[in-house]
Amino acid sequence: MSQITDLTLAQLKQLLDDDDLSSVEITTAFLDRIDSLNPELNAFITVSHEDACKAAADADAARAKGKASAYMGLPIAHKDLFCTEGTRTTCGSKMLADFVAPYNAHVVSRCQQAGLISLGKLNMDEFAMGSSNENSFFGAVKNPWDPARVSGGSSGGSAAAVSAQMTPLATATDTGGSIRQPAALTGTSGLKPTYGRVSRFGMIAFASSLDQGGLIAHTAEDIALGLGLIAGHDPRDSTSADKAVPDYTATLGDSLKGKTIGLPTQFFDERLGPAMRQSMDDVLDVFRSLGATTVEVSLDHIVEAIPAYYVIAPAEASSNLSRFDGVRFGYRADDPEDLTDLYERSRGEGFGSEVKRRILIGTYALSEGYYDAYYKKAQQIRRLIKQDFEYALSQCDLLFGPTTPSTAFVIGEKVADPIAMYLEDIYTVATNMAGLPGGSFQAPLIDGLPSGYQLTGPAFGEDAILNAAHQIQTVTDWHKLRPGNS
Amino acid sequence: MSLTSDDVKRVAKLARLGLTEAEASETLTQLNSILGLVDKMQQTNTDGVAPLAHPLELTQTLRADQVTETNHREKYQSVAPRAEAGLYLVPRVVE
Repeated sequence: MSQITDLTLAQLKQLLDDDDLSSVEITTAFLDRIDSLNPELNAFITVSHEDACKAAADADAARAKGKASAYMGLPIAHKDLFCTEGTRTTCGSKMLADFVAPYNAHVVSRCQQAGLISLGKLNMDEFAMGSSNENSFFGAVKNPWDPARVSGGSSGGSAAAVSAQMTPLATATDTGGSIRQPAALTGTSGLKPTYGRVSRFGMIAFASSLDQGGLIAHTAEDIALGLGLIAGHDPRDSTSADKAVPDYTATLGDSLKGKTIGLPTQFFDERLGPAMRQSMDDVLDVFRSLGATTVEVSLDHIVEAIPAYYVIAPAEASSNLSRFDGVRFGYRADDPEDLTDLYERSRGEGFGSEVKRRILIGTYALSEGYYDAYYKKAQQIRRLIKQDFEYALSQCDLLFGPTTPSTAFVIGEKVADPIAMYLEDIYTVATNMAGLPGGSFQAPLIDGLPSGYQLTGPAFGEDAILNAAHQIQTVTDWHKLRPGNS
Repeated sequence: MSLTSDDVKRVAKLARLGLTEAEASETLTQLNSILGLVDKMQQTNTDGVAPLAHPLELTQTLRADQVTETNHREKYQSVAPRAEAGLYLVPRVVE
């Protein structure tokens, strides 16, 4: 048998169900691996040794009595913006460095109810703002494939932890690409569900009309298992969709014969380099060999998605982050002179530079006299983008393209240039603007580094995305490649 | 549109965000390059296009007007930097 930490969630579940492994053995194996790799990779901010070991012993006892829930005793780790009662939730910020939430996020509760054991909390860009994890107060996450390179962001801890086999499954969130981009850069599978599919209750807000919780794992099958647990209506999130959750595993085996894959011309224009183009062609060859056909489509307004996103997301962030005032929770400056000084210094000292930039951009865009030129204009473009996707998806079943323009870049390379960093998300932000589901899955390595392809589906078409990716994973080995430091 | 350092200070004031002089000047350059990116939006013709605030365009759901919350004051105040006797403490506002 291979090592425990080599296994997928589905494989671990089978061994647990067959009594070939105990939850204590599984949990200990992953905790040991975290202890040995995390000092270098920095994927975890908090490791829950004691709680996880106790939960594992309880899970084994429940299984022995025949009282276990289906997923009882299997490991997961949570991005550190999902609130966890009793364990600190930092959001990658000095502002919340000591914050222990008084309640659990909906996603965390759902995982607990299913019996999943949390191994700890995962590193991320501060308040999920970033594409490289270099904006974390707790330091950058290193890419397990090459520790000199970034893991992507903002869910870089989630992606690196799965990639390095420190957990088989991780929660993550995606506002403009924060699940898909790090998944692509670390050789993992990641899914951003449709806006409203997964409750945002207890997820610390960045941009509320774009944020969506999802998962990173090794395979589409594991994501299908996990999504079934966390998706569904929650009255505590007024934007949560009241729509039945299908069994995502039931359709994984469906044939792709007769399916149509749309190729947006804008994803394959002169901006795409030859190596990434080759990687995408290799994946498309597999789609065609499985009976799918391809058709060219157009997303005319994709170029405007980044500028419009950098109005809408900061505007919403400036509003959401106004709650951090040094009064009710979080960081508070020492010896304030008066109330204004308390607000200004608590926020000035508690937030990092990227968060401050976005608060300033958002405040400016929403300030008197600029609303029409910025926020309203961005929302109009948002509608054009949504209409583009609707038209494109009327001609095909799924849209296909690269997740990122290139493979993981070197730490420090783009820190001084916010625009270069923002353009990392050129292929991903439009999906959030339209609220559609998008997944990134493993494509061939390029010069020893992972690349990823992206599938975008119609609203609530997670099943179609996972089905297509699973079919590819059934006949390829790209998702089985692991970084060399094991 | 290009910001001046006075604009940055005004916006920082609106956001109640303390910036050091060094941060303010570094931020000025970066904010202007971000606004340069954002201004590319103006090339797009959006005449007659209704703004889209929310991807699902749902109407706000309503619930019955019943008290469902329970009192968590103590628990929520336990994470406050300074709280006493059920109150959040801040510097004196009224002399």
